[in-house]
Amino acid sequence: MKHRVYRIAVHIVPRAGLLDPQGDTITDALHSLGFKHVQSVHVGRHIVIETEAPDALQAETAVQEMCEKLLANPVTEDFEITSAVPV
Amino acid sequence: MKFGIVTFPGSNCDYDAYRAVVDQLRAEATYLWHKTEDLEGVDVVVLPGGFSYGDYLRAGAIARFSPIMRQVVEHARRGGPVLAICNGFQIACEAGLLPGALVRNAGMRFVSDAVHLRVENAGTLFTSGYEQGAVLRIPIAHGEGRYVADSTTIGRLEDDDRIVFRYCDPAGAVTGDANPNGSMRGIAGIVSDEGNVLGMMPHPERAVDPLLGPPDGLPLFESLLARMAV
Repeated sequence: MKHRVYRIAVHIVPRAGLLDPQGDTITDALHSLGFKHVQSVHVGRHIVIETEAPDALQAETAVQEMCEKLLANPVTEDFEITSAVPV
Repeated sequence: MKFGIVTFPGSNCDYDAYRAVVDQLRAEATYLWHKTEDLEGVDVVVLPGGFSYGDYLRAGAIARFSPIMRQVVEHARRGGPVLAICNGFQIACEAGLLPGALVRNAGMRFVSDAVHLRVENAGTLFTSGYEQGAVLRIPIAHGEGRYVADSTTIGRLEDDDRIVFRYCDPAGAVTGDANPNGSMRGIAGIVSDEGNVLGMMPHPERAVDPLLGPPDGLPLFESLLARMAV
């Protein structure tokens, strides 16, 4: 089967409930700027991957595995994968 | 008895660890470049502090893929001692040698200071030279040293006496104020299930020469030497 290149984005954020001092600091800064309605901020990582795969599903499955094995720390982080888009 | 000190790109405490072993402990040490797959027959592996691979992705996340880590994991599986300090502790967690993870300090600051530690378990390979409950003064220098783990893991560490050091005040009380980074249960150091891998954020190798303050880190190295000589 012919492979093509897919682009997939990964959002990684601190596990809900874990103290996120970076997010808390930014929340405070936003409050002092006048954005009083901000409830919380969480700072994570955004990773964009381009990978070859036979189809979108297999590209997403591979990225799921990359997250579990390297990109996110299962102890402290949650991740979300966006749908694969052909490049 | 020989110590092998692993140098990753970005390690910066490897030299201190080497000098602690050679000058103060009067034992043999060698550097092990991270690309090698040969531990050169060393008895103890030291994963030193620093910023391996620039802390890219997460502290320690990339170093665990260095060729030498396969051998370090194998050494640990055979029961060989591994002393993982600071960035080494982060690497050991990422490599699965120790449970949990080290994340950004609660106070958002990089903390470089001398802190007090209480010896919670003087029965390990690394701590037999200390009195149970002894209060040590050892430097720390890290931005990501807050130990976290799920409650099951924390419970197991507590039940099995695997928490070896906790941050404390000068009198030995484990308090929130004495905790420099927000680590769960004031954890500063833990050992693996089998007790042969010690991970700690403080730097015992920086507290071995009386010229630089109390040499409270030296008994840790002496404990290893004494145990390995048997």
